[in-house]
Amino acid sequence: MSFPWANQYKPSNAFTSWLDEKLPLPRFVYNAIGGGYPVPRNLNYAWNFGVLAGFCLVLQIVTGVTLAMHYAANAGVAFDSVEHIMRDVNWGWLMRYGHANGASAFFVVVYIHIFRGFFYSSYKAPREMIWLLGVVIFLLMMATAFMGYVLPWGQMSFWGAKVITGLFSAIPLVGEPLQQWLLGGFAPDDAALNRFYALHFLLPFVIAGVIILHIWALHIPGSSNPTGIEIKTESDTVPFHPYYTAKDGFGLGIFLLIYCAVLFFFPNALGHPDNYIPANPLSTPAHIVPEWYFWPFYAILRAFTADFLFIPAKLMGVLAMFSAILVWFFLPWLDTSPVRSGHFRPLFRKFYWLLVIDVLVLGYCGGSPAETKYVLISQIGATYYFLHFLVILPIVSSIEKPQPLPFSITDHVLGTDAKTVAA
Amino acid sequence: MADGAIIDGADSTDAGVRRRDFIHIAALSLGGVGGLAALVPLIAQMSASDDVLAESSTEIDISAIAAGQAIKTIWRKQPVFVRNLTPAEVAAAQSVDATKLRDPQSLADRTKPGKANWLITMGVCTHLGCVPLGAGQGEVKGEFGGYFCPCHGSIYDTAARIRKGPAPKNLEVPPYVFSSDTVVKIG
Repeated sequence: MSFPWANQYKPSNAFTSWLDEKLPLPRFVYNAIGGGYPVPRNLNYAWNFGVLAGFCLVLQIVTGVTLAMHYAANAGVAFDSVEHIMRDVNWGWLMRYGHANGASAFFVVVYIHIFRGFFYSSYKAPREMIWLLGVVIFLLMMATAFMGYVLPWGQMSFWGAKVITGLFSAIPLVGEPLQQWLLGGFAPDDAALNRFYALHFLLPFVIAGVIILHIWALHIPGSSNPTGIEIKTESDTVPFHPYYTAKDGFGLGIFLLIYCAVLFFFPNALGHPDNYIPANPLSTPAHIVPEWYFWPFYAILRAFTADFLFIPAKLMGVLAMFSAILVWFFLPWLDTSPVRSGHFRPLFRKFYWLLVIDVLVLGYCGGSPAETKYVLISQIGATYYFLHFLVILPIVSSIEKPQPLPFSITDHVLGTDAKTVAA
Repeated sequence: MADGAIIDGADSTDAGVRRRDFIHIAALSLGGVGGLAALVPLIAQMSASDDVLAESSTEIDISAIAAGQAIKTIWRKQPVFVRNLTPAEVAAAQSVDATKLRDPQSLADRTKPGKANWLITMGVCTHLGCVPLGAGQGEVKGEFGGYFCPCHGSIYDTAARIRKGPAPKNLEVPPYVFSSDTVVKIG
């Protein structure tokens, strides 16, 4: 957004002046994440997680490219090459644990980023496109994470690949040929492992591309803020640099403390012991679960145990699982309340926290064995999940009486305009 | 020249058709066809390669499988269960009204004539492809005495038909023939 009061880039010496004429890259950076980007002055730490997600992507690309220098994508040696990285390669253990836990950290950060969006309705006009691109990034992340988890070729890798590609076999008529085409065979083997490796390497760069679009779309209306009201005057904003580079830097420090604590003291806490057993096509682990970040969606998949109308249970589960994310694409039009921030929406706020609890319960069930009680809870949880987005949200938007909004961001931060002037 | 309108100068619009329009459409069409043709190998390369397809038949000696026992073998890199049903298991499978099942098939539909005790099925759950339990010694067979899939709780009976849980179909019966009384050729 070109706010009229935004700082202008001024080349500081002859070289940057010359560069500014030929390739204005410093100007671009200055206007995107430097002093030239005015940002609401009241952003809280919930606004820290976009930068953290960007950091995680860089972390994953750096550790991932390093691992790729030592990994061999062949069903006969893949498992051993991962052990080779762990035991023989200099600092290989750090790269692998850093990458595996980096994936978990990435999802923690992105889930908080998404739920920040839910609470503050960051998806509402004029920011719909940022939200839609964000959902695309999340889908790409899920595909990348899934294919990465297959690469060590342990038991969970193999059976995860089998179950997830099995989802596609639920599609009528073309399902089975489609699954065989995806795998390049009748079961996961060399062909599947190699293509997953190729795509696992490619997709992070596609994600980086969509992130550029995501930020581009963000800069058109500018960042939202905890009050949800738009910027009115210069006093509502501060330049991104140094104010938010400093704040984000502090947040990054906290993030790194937690990340390193997990990485160095509990590197396997989020993994599955079964994945240290080499892949065996003849024996399914007693309890197949995906990584924790897929658990809520896995619970929804497993919640469908009976045929529904003319749709077989299996296809129903698959449709529901994908719909659980696709419904986010419609969020900007399902929530019709003109007020953005949950702070001023008393009824919405209660249902927001119910949704958080619901997703946590679904996550717990998704990580549990397929026993009757967990399936029953998943069924209730999945029903509520869809009710929230498709029924509760539109109704709450239309019946809720929001609390009065402050006049401006400055007003909200400092009290009245009178005080602002005095300050 | 017969078709003067097209051969005329580039900007001629005598007949409503310019020479340049024709060139644009022809070039883009041919380019599009070429682009689509290039997709064929790009998509087809992902299908099963010839060496994968070549491993498509396997022979098993079943003489050592006593009644009530089962073995797991491999066909097309996927597990196959070969089970010698006891008379009680055969009776249990035959006593069910097959027309009422989710995937209606009788035991006779799923075995060879005169070999009703030899139940040969893929060991691949029709839900999402896990290997069900029940073929190995001491494994849980589920409440219908056949197979039980631990992943999502599908339960199969003694004819390996789906009876409970999310799987839509019975365990698949692969194509096979009895080469002799003790040898089965799958595929």
